[in-house]
Amino acid sequence: MNLDWIKKITIAASLIVASGLPGAVAEATTVTLLNVSYDPTRELYQSENTAFAKYWQKQTGQTVQISQSHGGSGKQARAVIEGLDADVVTLALAYDIDAISDSKLLPANWQTRLANNSTPYTSTIVFVVRKGNPKKIKGWEDIVKPGVSVITPNPKTSGGARWNYLAAWGYKQKQSGSAVQAKTFIKALYKNVPVLDTGARGSTLTFAQRGLGDVLLAWENEAHLILKEFGSDKFEIVAPAVSILAEPPVAIVDKNVARHGTRKVAEAYLNFLYTPQAQEIIAQNSYRPRNPATLKKYAANFPNIKLFTLNEVFGNWRTAQKTHFNDGGVFDQIYLP
Amino acid sequence: MLKPQPPESTLIVKKRISDPLPVQIVLIGLTLLFFIGFIFLPLGLVFAQAFSKGWEYYLEAIREPYAIESVKLTLTTVAIVVPLNAFFGVTAAWAITKFNFRGKATLKTLLDLPFAVSPVIAGLIFVLLVGSRTPFGSWLGEQGIKIIFSTPGIVIATLFVTFPFVARELIPLMEAQGRDEEEAALTLGARGWQIFGKITLPNIRWGLLYGMILCSARSIGEFGAVSVVSGHIRGQTNTIPLHVEILYSEYNFAASFAVASILVFLALLTVGVKVTLEKQFQKNSFHH
Amino acid sequence: MTLFQKKRRNILPGFGLSMGYTVFYLSAIVIVPLSMIFFNTIPMGWEPFIHAVTAPRVLASYRLSFSTALFAALFDGGVGLLTAWVLVRYRFPGRQFLDALVDLPFALPTAVAGICFATLYSPVGWLGETLTKWNIEIINTPTGIVVALIFIGFPFVVRTIQPVLEEVEQEIEEAAQCLGATRWQTFRKILLPHLFPALLTGSTLAFARGIGEYGSVIFIAGNLPMKTEIAPLMIMSKLDQFDYAGASAVALVLLVISFSMLLLLNAVQEWQQKEYR
Repeated sequence: MNLDWIKKITIAASLIVASGLPGAVAEATTVTLLNVSYDPTRELYQSENTAFAKYWQKQTGQTVQISQSHGGSGKQARAVIEGLDADVVTLALAYDIDAISDSKLLPANWQTRLANNSTPYTSTIVFVVRKGNPKKIKGWEDIVKPGVSVITPNPKTSGGARWNYLAAWGYKQKQSGSAVQAKTFIKALYKNVPVLDTGARGSTLTFAQRGLGDVLLAWENEAHLILKEFGSDKFEIVAPAVSILAEPPVAIVDKNVARHGTRKVAEAYLNFLYTPQAQEIIAQNSYRPRNPATLKKYAANFPNIKLFTLNEVFGNWRTAQKTHFNDGGVFDQIYLP
Repeated sequence: MLKPQPPESTLIVKKRISDPLPVQIVLIGLTLLFFIGFIFLPLGLVFAQAFSKGWEYYLEAIREPYAIESVKLTLTTVAIVVPLNAFFGVTAAWAITKFNFRGKATLKTLLDLPFAVSPVIAGLIFVLLVGSRTPFGSWLGEQGIKIIFSTPGIVIATLFVTFPFVARELIPLMEAQGRDEEEAALTLGARGWQIFGKITLPNIRWGLLYGMILCSARSIGEFGAVSVVSGHIRGQTNTIPLHVEILYSEYNFAASFAVASILVFLALLTVGVKVTLEKQFQKNSFHH
Repeated sequence: MTLFQKKRRNILPGFGLSMGYTVFYLSAIVIVPLSMIFFNTIPMGWEPFIHAVTAPRVLASYRLSFSTALFAALFDGGVGLLTAWVLVRYRFPGRQFLDALVDLPFALPTAVAGICFATLYSPVGWLGETLTKWNIEIINTPTGIVVALIFIGFPFVVRTIQPVLEEVEQEIEEAAQCLGATRWQTFRKILLPHLFPALLTGSTLAFARGIGEYGSVIFIAGNLPMKTEIAPLMIMSKLDQFDYAGASAVALVLLVISFSMLLLLNAVQEWQQKEYR
C-alpha cells in the first residue's frame, strides 16, 4: 500500500477536522479519556462523566474530557481488539472483556483488580408489559404460554439478550433442578418470540414504538427508562420472583493507557464509580448500586427479586458462552427442525 | 449520464410520436403510485417526525454541537472521496475506452465489484487489512498512524463503496462517442493533455458531473461499511448517518429525524446543482 | 456507432499512465482489501470451511437473501423501466422533482430507510394499521425484506435505463410506425430489445446489492433463525463471537457468487452486442 498517500490524507483530513473543532487542540492541563461502553449506559455515563470531571478538577486541577462510544457489547469489544483506542471499557458482560484480554490488551486477572468482581453496579432482568397487564403476566411460566408474544433481542449479537436467556434458563434449572427441562423451557420461550432484533434498544423500539409483543424482557434500568420515555401510562414493569444478577464489568485497557499516559486518571475514573456520589447517580439511573447505604436509600425503586449469579448456575462466562451461544450451541439447536 | 436538454427543434421531433394521452396518464399514475409508496411516504415520515416537536426543537437539534461535528465529518469525507474517485473514474474510462487490450471485460467487471459487495464485508475487509490484529495494522499503530476508527478509515471505506460510480457513468458514454475526434486531433498535432482537455472533457462533462453527484450522494448516506470502521466516538468519528442512528437509539426520535432531514436536503441540493448547471449550459449553447 | 473500431490500432497517448494508475488504484482500494477475506479463510482448512458455509442456518440465510433480492430486482426491473420511460418520454409538471428523488435511496442512510419502513408497516404505522386490519403482515416477514430491497435497488435500474432511452433514435420508431406497426409492437419488437441490456444491468446491480444489504433489512426482517435471517447478519453474528475465520468464510461465498454474477452479466452483454452487430 502507498503509505505516503494515507499519511497525507490523514494529515489533510485531521487538519480539516481539527480546524473546525473548538477545543480539539489539547491544552497541557487537559486530559482525555475514551470510555467504550455498551448500549443502555449512555445516560448513566453522561452524568457520571460530568461528576467525575468536577471531582478530578478539584483533586488535581486538571481538566478531564471523557469521550463516549456506545454500541452492542460484543461489537464494542471487537472494536477495542481491532484498535479502537479505549482507555476504559465498561461492557455488558465479562466474556467480552475476557476476549479483549485474550488479545493481550489487559491481563487475564482483570476482574480481580477492582471490588465486587469489577462491577460497580448490578442489574437484573425484568418484564415490561402493556398497561393493565392484559395477558396477566406474573412470572417466568406465564411467558412460555401459547399465545403470549415475547420480545427479546438476538443473543448472538446482543449482550443484554444473553442475560435474558440465562435468566430464563437459570430460573427453570433452579426450579426444576434439571437442565433438560430448562432446555425445553427455553425452546418454548423462543417459540413465542416473533422478532430477534440485533440489540437491546432495537427490541425496546419494536415493543414500545411499533406495538409488537405482549411482554418485553429487559434490563431493569432499561425498563425504567421505557416508562420514562414512552409514558408510564402505557407500560408497566413486572418483576419476576426469581431472576439473574447481571454484573456488567468495567476495566482499564492497560496497553492503551500506557501508550496515552492516562493510567492514573483512568484508574481514578473507575474507582470514582464506587464512591457514594457516583453510586447515587447509578441508583438514580435505575441500576442497582453496590453501596449498601445507597441501595437502602433507593430500596423502593428496586423490587425484592431473588437473584442468582451466573457462576452459580453456569460456572463462568466462557462456559456459558460456549455451551449456549456459540455456533452449534443450545441456542442454535432450538431453532433446528 | 443525463444530457442537457436538446434544443427546441429536436424537442418537437421527440414530441411527434408519443403515446396516446390515456396511456400517458395511466403510466404516470402508476409511477406516482410507486413513488408515493416507496419514496414519498418514507420521506414524509422523516419530516413528520423531524418537526413533531416544532420548529424550534428542530433548529436546536440540527445546531447541536455533535450534530454539527457529524456534518463536518461527512462533508470532509465527501470532499476527499469524490475528487479521488472522479479522477480515477476518468483515468479508468480513458484506459478502457480509448485502447484495445486483453482482459478488458474482466477489468470492467472488477470495477463493478464494490457495487456487489455487502456493506458489512466492505467494512470488514479494512478491519482485516489494517486493524491492529494484523501485523500490518499493528506496525502502523507503532508508527502512530491511525486508520481504523478515525477519519482515514471512514474515508477509505467510503472510497470503496463509491468506487465504481464515476467510471460506470463514463465508460458507456465514452464507448458510444468512440475515439475518432481524439485521433483526428492527434493527427493535427495536438498533445495528449490538449486532446483530453479540449476534446474529451467537454464531451464527457455531463456524465462526469452526474457520476460525481451519485458518488457524493452515496458517500453522504453510507451507513453499513462506515459503521464498522467508525468506532462511534461522539463528536469525533460519527458521520451524519451514524449520528442519526445514535440519536434514534437514545429514543430521541425528533432530533434523530431532524438530523436525517439534513441528509435529504443535501441529496436534493446535489440534484439541484445538477439541474441549474444543465439550464446554464443550455442557455449558453443557444447564444452560440 | 463504433462499428469498425474493433481491430483498430492504439494510437492515442497515455495508455501506460492511465492503465497503470487504474490498476494501482483498483488494487489499493478494491483488490488488496477484498483479498483479505480469502486470506482469513485459508487458515480454517477445507472441512471446517465447508462445515461453516453449509450449516443449516447459513444455508437458510443464503436462500432467503437470494430469493428476496431476486423478487426485489424483478420488481425494480419493472418499476424502473416504467419510471425511466415516464421521466424521459413524457413532460408533466413535477417531472424534474421526481427525477431528482430517484437518487434518494442512495443518499438516505440505509438505517434510516429501514427504520422508516419498519415504522410505516408496524401495526401502529401509517400503512401497517390498515394492512393489519386486512391481515396482511409485512414487517418481520420476507415480504418486509423485499420492500426494503426494492427501495435500495430502485435507482440502479432507473439510472442505467434512462441514458439509453434518451439516446434512442426516434426515427426507428417512426419508421416502424410507418410500416404499420402498432405502438405496442414497436415497443416490444424494437425498443425493448434495445433497452434490454441496460435493464439487465440495472436489475443485476439491484440484485447484487440486495444480497449484501444489511442496514435497512435488519430493522424490518425480524431476524428469526431459519426464517427471516439474512446472510450478512450471519457474518455479523459470527464476528460477535470473535469468529473471524467463520465470518470470512460466509463472506467469501457471498463474494464469489456476486462476482460470478457480474462476470456472467458482462458475458451476456458482450454476446448481446455481437448479436446486435
